[in-house]
Amino acid sequence: MSSSRFRFPRVTMPAAARALRQEVREFLAAERASGGYVPMADCWASGFSAEFSRKLGQRGWLGMTWPRQYGGHERSFLERYVVTEEMLAAGAPVMAHWIADRQSGTQMLRHASDEVKNRALPRMAAGQTFCAIGMSEPNTGSDLASVRTRADKVAGGWKVNGRKIWSTGAHGEGCDYMISLVRTAPADEKERHQGLSQLIIDLKAPGVTVRGIEDIGGQVHFNETLFEDVFVPESHLLGKEGHGWSLVVGELALERSGPERFLSSFIALREAMQVLAANPDDRTREVLGHLVARIKTLRRMSLGIAGLLQEGKSPETEAALVKDMATRFERELIEQLRVVLPESVLLGSSGVLPRLLREAILRVPSSTLRGGTNEVLKGMIVRQLGLR
Amino acid sequence: MSETDSHTLDTVILDTATRLFADLSTSETINAAEKGEWPGALWQAIEASGLHLTWVPEECGGAGAGMLDGFAVLKAAGAAALPVPLAETLLAGWLLAQAGLEVPEGPLTIARGEHRIDNNGAVTGVALAVPHARSARQIVALARDGARLLVVAVPVSACALTLDRNLAGEPWDTVDFNGAVATLSTAAPVGLDADSIDAMGALVRVNQAAGALGTALELAIQYAGEREQFGRPIGKFQAIQHMIADLAGEAAAVNAAADAAAEAVAVTGAVDADAWVEIATAKVRLGQAASVGPAIAHQVHGAMGFTYEHRLHHFTRRAWAWRDEFGNETVWARRLGDAVLGWGADQLWPRITAVTDK
Repeated sequence: MSSSRFRFPRVTMPAAARALRQEVREFLAAERASGGYVPMADCWASGFSAEFSRKLGQRGWLGMTWPRQYGGHERSFLERYVVTEEMLAAGAPVMAHWIADRQSGTQMLRHASDEVKNRALPRMAAGQTFCAIGMSEPNTGSDLASVRTRADKVAGGWKVNGRKIWSTGAHGEGCDYMISLVRTAPADEKERHQGLSQLIIDLKAPGVTVRGIEDIGGQVHFNETLFEDVFVPESHLLGKEGHGWSLVVGELALERSGPERFLSSFIALREAMQVLAANPDDRTREVLGHLVARIKTLRRMSLGIAGLLQEGKSPETEAALVKDMATRFERELIEQLRVVLPESVLLGSSGVLPRLLREAILRVPSSTLRGGTNEVLKGMIVRQLGLR
Repeated sequence: MSETDSHTLDTVILDTATRLFADLSTSETINAAEKGEWPGALWQAIEASGLHLTWVPEECGGAGAGMLDGFAVLKAAGAAALPVPLAETLLAGWLLAQAGLEVPEGPLTIARGEHRIDNNGAVTGVALAVPHARSARQIVALARDGARLLVVAVPVSACALTLDRNLAGEPWDTVDFNGAVATLSTAAPVGLDADSIDAMGALVRVNQAAGALGTALELAIQYAGEREQFGRPIGKFQAIQHMIADLAGEAAAVNAAADAAAEAVAVTGAVDADAWVEIATAKVRLGQAASVGPAIAHQVHGAMGFTYEHRLHHFTRRAWAWRDEFGNETVWARRLGDAVLGWGADQLWPRITAVTDK
């Protein structure tokens, strides 16, 4: 009887990563002290600051693993992990560059033309150009292969018509590109994954309209992006025409394995500790113990995925499993904090913590939706277990 | 990357254990043990292989294998619902070795808490829920002699036992030391106390339970693939699939937490402050998983898995028993929460990352 289906190897941070962590902590402490940022819940999907992103770019903390040739810094995946987890734990406004740094840049590095790589990647690594995700559509959510946005071949490229939705940050200052999954050949019901391609769409091109969508908290973080006869040059194709499905699967793997899946609102716990320490009863101790045990275990698993990636493995199912568990924990974190915090915080109208809690509660429904719903992730897990 | 310290895993030990358990820890043997029959052949095979001395250094008469080997063997033991006190013998051997004592022959067990040495130099006190006491030759415990805390080994034959069983049907006896004379006795090393026994005991149970949950998962996968209703295997229904995905996640989480804590203990071989935090984490995580996991495994198996005849209960009942032993998740969460409050808000995150930054 196999004792363990999924393996999450131990990871030890090398000296360079440990030194980097101190550097990042000092930077964040100085920024927070000087008003360079105010901590936010769900900071990687709500905290837009082009200025903050440029500062990170100047420090070499964007595009960290990319080749120097394209403005990257050729640092290890673990060093990048350190920077991202420190930013999240501090609630820093990292939304502007998040998508470019996490997936679009790497996706371009792997599959884009030299022309695009030379033009876009150095600006992305500098925090001057940002990206949005172009997967979902009004009628396409979990069933991603059903996208209808069409790219028709024209001289020198394609003419794109259709719409993408839930594209976080597409409206933001400096958000120039969207890697879009489009149909370059008509849908065939038997071969649904055929005829799809990934195109880099310039969001400033004629025919592109970005319309903000208010979320339940009244904030505009995501968008609907309309394409009307948008010309996309041939050089903006990723990989080969018609191979978009395998490309998008690879992009999703980049999207699912990071620490943002359990640290989105860690800052709320950190701030709540200040209040809870004043008069801790057994219930408070118990809740803190439960939450820290969950976080430590999730971090172990999340880092284990980084370890597997470093070993050259493709831990897609492990990433799905951790994301499913981690995003459910994000909801639990806020719910458990609520029940031990005093009314002065829950009903409070001033101060950082009451704001963080409200932000976190209103943002948390998206945790178990974005990047693949938990139901889709569970489907991936059971496929690996041989039940599908 | 993924560097381990000097304690790398010896796959030969784990392979030996896995094969031996698969051959001899059969459903019939486990059921017979619950009815009171001592699985002599199984224990003899374990002694012959030396698995029971995994945590005992060579100078104390042991195998001198690494701590991680022992924890891997314990996972395999849990995965096989091993009905003999291998875990307890390892734990007792660890405690004796910590005190530099030579490990005696035969199955051993351990009593929690601090007992007393009376004026005649004999051990007194009552220990509750001592696992497998009736099957052990000696009980290892801590006993206070005035200002001195001693590690002692007491022959079971000199104690008064009140027999009971835990909800997995494992022997779980009340032991009255009753003025028994210790066969071995020496001062406990600095830093080792009743809390250390609880911590190491908790980690032993987490590893066994990780194995048991792993087997419950395998059985659920297998059953869902075979059992047909409405014209297809029940594993084709999304409702069942999603439950099994959750069970897989819980099993994986306990495994990961168990590994993290085992690695922390392996650094020094003792329960230091860093290892204690990992153990607390693991026991709390087990408590969460052992309430969700077995429930799913039973739901998937339907009424069939609720019968004594089906072997699922060997694993679910053990997970339920082990989550409570050596402190349940409430006890450990409060302790961990206390430690977290001691760190303070500013040190919360640095303490979480310290694990990987040594």
